[in-house]
Amino acid sequence: MDNESIITLIKNKFPDVIISSQIFRNELTISIKKEYVTEIARFLKEDKDLNFNFLSDLCGVDRIETDGVFEVVYHLYSFKKNHRLRLKTPVPSDEPSISSIVGVWKTADWHERETYDMFGIKFEGHPDLRKILTPDDFEGHPLRKDYPVDGRQPQELFHVYREVRE
Amino acid sequence: MEEGRVRVGIESHLGDNVLTTTLNTMVNWARKSSLWPMPFGLACCALEMMAAIAPRYDLARFGAEVFRFSPRQSDLMIVAGTLTYKMASVARKIYDQMPEPKWVIAMGACAISGGVYNTYSVVQGIDQIMPVDVYLPGCPPRPEALIHAIMEIQKKIEKGSLKYG
Repeated sequence: MDNESIITLIKNKFPDVIISSQIFRNELTISIKKEYVTEIARFLKEDKDLNFNFLSDLCGVDRIETDGVFEVVYHLYSFKKNHRLRLKTPVPSDEPSISSIVGVWKTADWHERETYDMFGIKFEGHPDLRKILTPDDFEGHPLRKDYPVDGRQPQELFHVYREVRE
Repeated sequence: MEEGRVRVGIESHLGDNVLTTTLNTMVNWARKSSLWPMPFGLACCALEMMAAIAPRYDLARFGAEVFRFSPRQSDLMIVAGTLTYKMASVARKIYDQMPEPKWVIAMGACAISGGVYNTYSVVQGIDQIMPVDVYLPGCPPRPEALIHAIMEIQKKIEKGSLKYG
């Protein structure tokens, strides 16, 4: 299915949900309101013509400086139809949260944990929302723009350092 | 030795002679001639380390080809790559598990100083958590450079003393 037909199909089904859509170098990107993300995700997966059966990536973007929001980005692919879609949802920067889509694509589990770890975006309804990359006693969310690039937190290694210094 | 026996290898050079040396020299010679590296590959440097033991560069020529992934049988730790804080305690534990005497090569810019990764997750040089004998610069260093580093370790072993303290 080509990009224009995908947009039309989604627009017909959810007329008020799409914020914007654009096609750049034959890549389709659609911005949607965050309240509808689970509903749309289920539709995209289960609709016979769209059939997006593979969530190839889920990540966060810090757009606080320009737009005052975080963004959650979903990259979708359909093995059967061989078409792709990029879904973006703005999430308010104070108390960022969005509903989880683990119920739709199971692979979102660890992706959402990573996005939570790196940006502090809470995924409501996630079965096990724990940090996945940073050490257990790490504080803060390192991919946020307000986190210092060299903000090292080496306190967990204190015992290791001490042994060398002696 | 019997007359007429064919002498091969070192026998052909030494003949029927008694050699005298010091225990120190003998032990150091043995140690430097059969280093058993403990590879600690963390990033692209590990690929160069693998190339160094493969036939083209053939680390076996220097007696250091026996890469054992067990610290208990090793005496040279090659830390090749970017060490993160999450991995640091593992690296230190493996170092601690190696029996004395032991030596460490910090291979590549990241192992020396963190390299380009001046970030929240990367240890700025492995010498923060373990003593380092040879710093091997490069990003990544070529296999020849690693061989050079191992030869520097061998020179250091030659100078070593058996006395403790």
